[in-house]
Amino acid sequence: MNETLHITSPAVTTPPPTPSDVSIRARVSELNFWYGKFQALHSVSMPIQDNKVTAIIGPSGCGKSTLLRCFNRIHDLYPGARYEGAIELMPDGLNLVSRSVDPILVRLMVGMVFQKPNPFPKSIYENVAAGLYVRGIRNRSEVDGRVEHALKQAAIWEEVQDRLKKPAYELSGGQQQRLCIARALAPEPKLLLLDEPTSALDPIATAKIESLIADLANDVTVVIVTHNMGQAARISDQTAFMHLGKLVEYGETEQIFTNPTVDQTRDYITGRFG
Amino acid sequence: MTAITADVGDNTRRLVEAKRRQDLIFGVVGIFVLVVVMGLLMTLVADLLIDGLGRITPEFLTSFPSRRAANAGVLSAWVGTTLVMIVTAAIAVPLGVGAGLYLEEYAAKNVLTDAIEINVSNLAGVPSIIYGLLALGFFVYALDMGQTILVGGLVLSLLILPIVIVATREAVRAIPSALRESAYGIGANRWQVMWSYILPSARPGILTGAIVGLSRAIGETAPIITIGALTYIAFLPPAPISAEPPFINFEWLNSPFTVMPIQMFNWTSRPQADFHVNAAATGVLLLAMTLMMNGFAIYLRYRLRRTVRT
Amino acid sequence: MTAEAQISEYQALRNSAFLRRGRILAAVMQAVLFACAAVSVLITAAIVWVLVSESLPFFRQVPLWDFLTDTEWTPAFTEAHYGILPLLTATFWAAGIAMLVATPLGLILSVYLSEFANPSVREALKPVLEMLAAVPTVVFGYFALLFLTPLAKQFIPGLSGFNLLVPGFVMGLMILPYVVSISEDAMRAVPMALREGAFAIGMSRMQMAFQVVIPGAFSGVTAAYLLGFSRAVGETMVVAIAAGQNPNLTGDPREGAATITAYIVQMSLGDLPHGSLVYSTIFAAGLVLFGITLIFNLMGFFLRRKFREAY
Repeated sequence: MNETLHITSPAVTTPPPTPSDVSIRARVSELNFWYGKFQALHSVSMPIQDNKVTAIIGPSGCGKSTLLRCFNRIHDLYPGARYEGAIELMPDGLNLVSRSVDPILVRLMVGMVFQKPNPFPKSIYENVAAGLYVRGIRNRSEVDGRVEHALKQAAIWEEVQDRLKKPAYELSGGQQQRLCIARALAPEPKLLLLDEPTSALDPIATAKIESLIADLANDVTVVIVTHNMGQAARISDQTAFMHLGKLVEYGETEQIFTNPTVDQTRDYITGRFG
Repeated sequence: MTAITADVGDNTRRLVEAKRRQDLIFGVVGIFVLVVVMGLLMTLVADLLIDGLGRITPEFLTSFPSRRAANAGVLSAWVGTTLVMIVTAAIAVPLGVGAGLYLEEYAAKNVLTDAIEINVSNLAGVPSIIYGLLALGFFVYALDMGQTILVGGLVLSLLILPIVIVATREAVRAIPSALRESAYGIGANRWQVMWSYILPSARPGILTGAIVGLSRAIGETAPIITIGALTYIAFLPPAPISAEPPFINFEWLNSPFTVMPIQMFNWTSRPQADFHVNAAATGVLLLAMTLMMNGFAIYLRYRLRRTVRT
Repeated sequence: MTAEAQISEYQALRNSAFLRRGRILAAVMQAVLFACAAVSVLITAAIVWVLVSESLPFFRQVPLWDFLTDTEWTPAFTEAHYGILPLLTATFWAAGIAMLVATPLGLILSVYLSEFANPSVREALKPVLEMLAAVPTVVFGYFALLFLTPLAKQFIPGLSGFNLLVPGFVMGLMILPYVVSISEDAMRAVPMALREGAFAIGMSRMQMAFQVVIPGAFSGVTAAYLLGFSRAVGETMVVAIAAGQNPNLTGDPREGAATITAYIVQMSLGDLPHGSLVYSTIFAAGLVLFGITLIFNLMGFFLRRKFREAY
């Protein structure tokens, strides 16, 4: 029987050392983030394993979405955003949040799906192709092929293959969200960020998306923010629990949900707060 | 007990009655004012129609002004209006949309931006005749451009610039941030987001604003008089399209001209009643043009709003 | 992807010719758009420059004291007088009468539209005001001179063919849509909570409108009337047509008198040799007009901004 170490005071924990045969896609190192005067993230450090699904959970306002949005520098759209520390994209260790790294190029390497489905007011085909056009890929057959592949990855190809030129708005909410996933996948990003992707959807649509996420991990590394603990437990390989802008605990999902090390994690998971 | 409650009941009832009466009276007053205003507007339109509708004949539309009222027509005036409007639109729309886009999407919230905003707001309230003085001193004399269609178009486009800027800003402001975030999210740069996503979504609002601005420009008289557009023009500007190369020329831009409102002003100012009839006819045409444009703008706003969003 | 390929992915994107062209285009367009915004500043600068430089000859020749106090304005006469007072008084008479008409009508209409009318009535009535706003000013001038003045002559003794009363009245109608629109916006921004509080203590709707909403929207409503006044002061065609073009210092609005704007139009219709003293008089008059409207515009702008921040 393992003696578990009970840490009662939540602290910035250093993640357990990962075995050397595990490949890391990105590493968050001492990341601090400010909105103007308010510090939203405090010294967050954690690895993101390659080809795995990492979930970030925590109560409202804990900074999980804020952390996610650092990965693709979407904070830069708003004045007063300031980063300190690093998010290193492996294997070359490129610091995604460094001021000398162009955020536009970061977003070409990292894809995001937002909470509320927000397809462009264009056709289904053009939505998925948008990311390719932006990179200068215009060859008709190549674009066709990649659009089809992305729609298949998002488990929506069957439903739309006959109406690719129709407006995206004609799709249902769940279909629109899968379309947004396809849109993010088409440019073959290094990382796929999902910001509470099913919180605005009904249970059936949610289930469809959850099942496709597991398959997605074979092709791309997924980081998902969710307020639904069941979802995190169902679909993720690693889980990070955050509270008040700090990383409280990180580990294998199974361990976090059955045997959390930190009391606060246990309290959140058992519903004592949040 | 019953005596007291009856007393209170009476007073309250009287108060409630008084308040209801107040509201009713004000409601009636409000409707009355509306009716009066509508009535005045309709009287104006009716007066114009009665005086001038009969005068609108094909000859009226294809004749030049003349010293004999019966022979006079608005040919040079409506051709001039059309050409000047083309120049106005060609200048005011790109300039105004560009400025509006910059102020909404690029400008940081600093003192310079603030100054530009105050400036645009003030320009919207500058009397139109001041624009005329500006054009007279600057374009006609300082730049030596003369009293031409180009200058007429320039002064009107400066006049309606604030309208286009404000319409653009409001149209862009109405775009949800979700569209902006997802456009940047796929790696588009600032200009791509602007051109491929923001502008198309803002187009209906911008178009509406441009049409409203142009309909205002059509009726503007003072600035055109001030730059020296003559009121008696009995010729047409050179045609833009010709049968021989280079097929399209721009000489018409440098031509003297007149416009519909000036023609109406000129005829109204004459003492003879016959010219007043001509003026009324011109007024009917002008009114039809502005009302059609405004109506079209409202219709556009309604229809396009439906197709862009579900 | 091999490690080597991954290492240079960012570099590859950085060096991509396509993306670099995109960056250059984005930078160029930013400069172009900035230029468009800067034009608006240049316009104001140009207006001030033209007005000042072209009126300088006038102010060099005419003493400022005469300009401000002489009671006659007759630049074209051999014995010329250059007092701005006649033009100023006519301008303020006409604009004042316009405000006398527009203020009560505008208040009643905006309160009615904002607090009393149900949505379908409001939707039906908005187009009426928009139509009023769409009528060209020269048409209003025609209406004032050739319909209203003869009509008014039958009711108002001593009304001359050119007068300030009728164009003033018509200008009041003209600025009505503008004033109502701004006031109504201001009133609608007053939070429902304030209205509910008024009803809760038993006020009638009318009392609520005048004792709660209007005070609550006060700066916005005031801004509306300041801006409306500025509009009326700057209006040209109605007064040029119906108030006559004879500068006339008078306290009687039944007489005709030329406003600043009518004077400028009248001169522009004639011969104006560039650089002559008469030429510079229209710029001097224009400078005064610009100054007056600038003051009212700025007051209106800052009041509106203060109002928007409050809510």
